[in-house]
Amino acid sequence: MKKILGYADNWSVTPGERVGFKVSTYGAERYRADLVRVVCGDDHPDHDILRLDPVEAPFAGEYPGRMQPIDAGSCAVVPSADAFDALDDFTLLAWVYPTTPAKGPQVLMAQWRDDPAAGFMLLLDERGALALRLGDGEGGIAEVSTGEALAERRWYLVAGSYDAATKTLSVSQQPLGDSLDPLSDARASAAAGGFAVARTDFCFAALAAAAADGRPVPSCCFNGKIDRPRLVAGVLDDAGIAAVAAAADSRQQPCALVAAWDFARDTGTDVISDIGPNALHGRTLNLPSRGCKGFNWSGTEQSWRHAPDEYGAIHFHDDDLYDAGWDTDFEYHVPADLKSGVYAARLRVDGDESYVTFFVRPPPGKTTAKLAFLASTVTYIAYSNYQWLFHERYAEVTETFWTTLQKSDVFLQEHPEFGLSTYDYHADGSGVRYASRLRPILNMAPTTPCWSFNADTHILGWLEARGIDYDVITDEDLHCEGAGLLERYRAVLTGTHPEYYTTPMMDALRTYLAGAGRLAYLGGNGFIWRCAMSDSFPGAVELRRAEDGIRYRDEEPGEYYLEFTGEYGGLWRRLGLPPQAVVGVGTVAVGFDESGYYRRTADSFDPRAAFIFDGIGKDEIIGDFGYLGDGASGSEIDAVDPLLGTPAHALVVASSEGHSANTLIVPDEIGFHHVAMDGVQSPRVRADMTFFETPGGGAVFSVGSIAWGASLPHNGYDNNVARISSNVIARFLEDEGFEGP
Amino acid sequence: MYEIDPSRTDLAYEFRDNPDGPHSPELKLVINRMRMMPMEQRPVLICLERGRRWMLARVPAVRGEPVECFEERVFTDEAAAVWEVFRLRWQALTGQELA
Repeated sequence: MKKILGYADNWSVTPGERVGFKVSTYGAERYRADLVRVVCGDDHPDHDILRLDPVEAPFAGEYPGRMQPIDAGSCAVVPSADAFDALDDFTLLAWVYPTTPAKGPQVLMAQWRDDPAAGFMLLLDERGALALRLGDGEGGIAEVSTGEALAERRWYLVAGSYDAATKTLSVSQQPLGDSLDPLSDARASAAAGGFAVARTDFCFAALAAAAADGRPVPSCCFNGKIDRPRLVAGVLDDAGIAAVAAAADSRQQPCALVAAWDFARDTGTDVISDIGPNALHGRTLNLPSRGCKGFNWSGTEQSWRHAPDEYGAIHFHDDDLYDAGWDTDFEYHVPADLKSGVYAARLRVDGDESYVTFFVRPPPGKTTAKLAFLASTVTYIAYSNYQWLFHERYAEVTETFWTTLQKSDVFLQEHPEFGLSTYDYHADGSGVRYASRLRPILNMAPTTPCWSFNADTHILGWLEARGIDYDVITDEDLHCEGAGLLERYRAVLTGTHPEYYTTPMMDALRTYLAGAGRLAYLGGNGFIWRCAMSDSFPGAVELRRAEDGIRYRDEEPGEYYLEFTGEYGGLWRRLGLPPQAVVGVGTVAVGFDESGYYRRTADSFDPRAAFIFDGIGKDEIIGDFGYLGDGASGSEIDAVDPLLGTPAHALVVASSEGHSANTLIVPDEIGFHHVAMDGVQSPRVRADMTFFETPGGGAVFSVGSIAWGASLPHNGYDNNVARISSNVIARFLEDEGFEGP
Repeated sequence: MYEIDPSRTDLAYEFRDNPDGPHSPELKLVINRMRMMPMEQRPVLICLERGRRWMLARVPAVRGEPVECFEERVFTDEAAAVWEVFRLRWQALTGQELA
């Protein structure tokens, strides 16, 4: 259903910088490209607010189409080395934890080439049984299998050896024995014709033959964990295998050790280290999960940093993807006079079009407006290419809808190699922890459903309609540059759903607010989850959904600590920094059918809040309209809570009502669930429009509702939601500081 | 678990006549039951043109398999499209066809 897709190698650029665009077509021989400034990406014909302004760009024109592949599947690769080439007799062993043993052949460890077949391959075969395959270098292949499938999600010590003197292949699988399952050892031996070294890269969890351009292409990917893999010259008996497998430092074992990879080292990077005598180090590909419990995890410690010996496993997935690695089709050198804003390369073929979105900041160190729109790019990445519509049985009742797929959803279902979002499960049932922008992201573009990025364009449309000047900055900029980025601005404006925050982002925002910063939070369910980014994996976001929260997947117990930073993951609320302590309000409820509206409170008549309601009637209902549930308070809503840190002097100037029976209190708010947790019955289900001054002369205004933004365009951006928003921004941009009560 | 009574076609027609609600308590049970049916072969819609055209489809069982599209079942009225989904799910869950 999609005929053209692309992505940008950089999302945030300044004048003078370049951005490269990578494009793939599906059947089209040529395509056209041009540049648009994204003002409002809502393309519903009844709304009549879509606005994509053409911008002249040197790259505009026609290009030849081509299909660029994506090679998903994580693995680890060790370059070919003399130590491998010297092998004659050998034993391979590791602890493995298969998660889809029945899916078909899956490589555990291999150094292999075809035509003619040479090398060795320790694998799970068609039956899910451990097998060792050997190539004699002349086309002859021998294989031995235990014939007995490994059980799913159980640890096994697996070993495969070749005895050159007797030309015998042997394999053995021994369950760890830490469950009540009636699992037993299995072993087998068979004759082989001979063995020739492959002189190729050594691979874990896949074969990774090089494509014509040298890029490794994973195949026969393994789903599951591998811990303490070892390669020994010579044939070990059972006692030798057990001794080497048990030792954290196999160098002390009386055997001819060739390699002993310690996956517990280098967590947070793509490096794998060999602590054996030959320094056969390697690198992972496509971001497998690290900081994972090993076969010997005792539960005494919960962090991989505190007990690295018990976190020596890497969890590989056949649908992991970090960098699609496409070639660049064209570049754009951002001209010095290009106005800061949201832009997109528009890619068109007959019958289809796609947009590749990017963000243009002002020139480095400068501003071109007093107001910054902080684009929630980390959240956009977290949601990238989500596929819960296909995988989550309860999505329809959760969100109170009948599934309506987009063409992009259909494409993603048919192309799992495009990767998943942090809302999804891997094919093996484990939660997705990493999402990357280095691939086409089909839902981060104008003319997509109005959620996350495209919902935020309602705010951009309002700014443009009201003639409010703004610069665009992004989450990644904030993560990298800190509070100094914000402090250039008199005021900062969020999008509709700034959900995911790294620690540096949170620190920067709090620093800004501790000074004279002024923040307008025109969204809901913001500042919720701690996530992480890493210099080792630019463009990727890591999330561990520890404990609770609204989430389509839970987190693996014992793996709540982020790989990228070593920090404890999960809700900022559970980390001791609830959003109420930052912006006054925090998430209390979600509901996706009908939205509510706001009614002014007594606090709204406090002179401190007078500027907010200039032009608003005393009894005027606020936001009983909008494109998201027909109201300004909805989807995901936030309220104050003094116990969670709402400043004591905060004014709740309006609260919402009119919520539906399908709007329910979020799990993080629930100690003991009951039958009155919905928007009809519970007084807790409400959004609190909140204002407070900060000690440094700044201020915070929060609406606490994702739906607020979708009410802005109503009646040509002329309505009381737009009016209040404009009132706040106008005051926030004045020189005069705020004084608290 | 609640199961739909195939004789309660009055609930189906309540939905047909008022798909956006509000719905009676028992119709809500019917809708929730339909929305929790297994993913495999679940009738759904594909939006072909925002706010204008929808096509009937079925969700495949396995990742990577194509979505089954019914190109002859394209609707220009969203309520009619949703009613078709409701009708097919009613049939799948009760074994009875709605008129």
